[in-house]
Amino acid sequence: MTLKIQKMQTENLIDIKEFCVNHNIEISFISSLKQTGLIEITTVKETEFIDTEQLQQLEKFIRFYYELDINLEGIETINHLLKRINYLQDEINMLKNKLRFYETYE
Amino acid sequence: MTFLDYYKILGIDNKATPKEIKSAYRKLARRYHPDLNPNDKDAKRKFQEINEANEVLSDPEKRKKYDQYGKDWKHAEQFESSERYYEKPSGSQTGSQRRTYSGTQFGGDFSDFFESMFGGSSAAGSRKQVKFRGEDFNAELNLDLVDAYKEHKQTLTVNGRKIRITIPAGIENGQTIKIAGHGGRGINGGPDGDLYITFLIANHPKFKRLGNDLFTTVDLDLYLAVLGGEITIDTLSGKVKLKVKPETQNGTKIKLKGKGFPVYRNEGHFGDLYVTYAIKIPTNLTEKQKALFNELSKS
Repeated sequence: MTLKIQKMQTENLIDIKEFCVNHNIEISFISSLKQTGLIEITTVKETEFIDTEQLQQLEKFIRFYYELDINLEGIETINHLLKRINYLQDEINMLKNKLRFYETYE
Repeated sequence: MTFLDYYKILGIDNKATPKEIKSAYRKLARRYHPDLNPNDKDAKRKFQEINEANEVLSDPEKRKKYDQYGKDWKHAEQFESSERYYEKPSGSQTGSQRRTYSGTQFGGDFSDFFESMFGGSSAAGSRKQVKFRGEDFNAELNLDLVDAYKEHKQTLTVNGRKIRITIPAGIENGQTIKIAGHGGRGINGGPDGDLYITFLIANHPKFKRLGNDLFTTVDLDLYLAVLGGEITIDTLSGKVKLKVKPETQNGTKIKLKGKGFPVYRNEGHFGDLYVTYAIKIPTNLTEKQKALFNELSKS
């Protein structure tokens, strides 16, 4: 029963240590991302995990840092700007639909 | 199949040092990386070229082969067999070939030219059986306005897999929804990726949509407009009877509350339907009718 509960708790979580080993990255990098508020870490029984929901974001930050040589401050700025882009893209979509309406409505 | 000048793609000289190659790659990757250019197909294509160029030029063996046979790629096979003796396992990960848990991998699609010379992606395999999440898929789905009005199920074929999805009522043109677990298969028992569907909703000949409201124009007989009466109109939820007030003017707009489009993910809530009356002047009048109108105009 205890095992089952533990399994349920960590079902959508990935062990950060294992993640770092497989990505060949330092745990300190993940800690820095956590400190800047770019990701959230879940601790279960003293083991740190990352939720699978955040995986894509985390891997994006890893690509920025390790492949594009962008530092943490740069990642923070980019992340903020990407959020703005997403918001503006939604806005554009909404305006396009409005424009379509006025172009076709007589 | 076209020859690709990898040096030109990276904007470097063919004598460039590994450091110069790395620097040129990073500079261009920072500009065109798909992470930094969401939904930009041109940037993605450009990044794939840059990544492919880096994949070849940053690997001494591949670079040697490319320099020797690049323009004459058809002879690469001969080169391959003569060099096989020296073959050694390569575990280097270059460019964007980093294996990810989430399945997101950019630059993994290589050109025909690359495939013919190097035999496909050189993404390094992992040393141990690690679970990886499958790749995310993107798809577009065309709907008409009536389809988008009601929650309904559709069967789609995505990468050879048939999936049945429920499309919620009220979906907006250009809106993207995530269907969890219907992307690429997970590797080594890892979870499957997600499917992202963007809906393209065609215009309707009768109804125009603005957010959750619908707009339509209804022809009104002159006599009905003058004298008033009843009219039956079409809405997306069926026919509706309307009372027309006497002396209704052309272009009069009326609002039918709750007869518009369903509010997305808000069951039981609907926008409004705005009806504009277009009064039709009778044509092909008989002499008698003309006389009556004449009489009317003098009264």
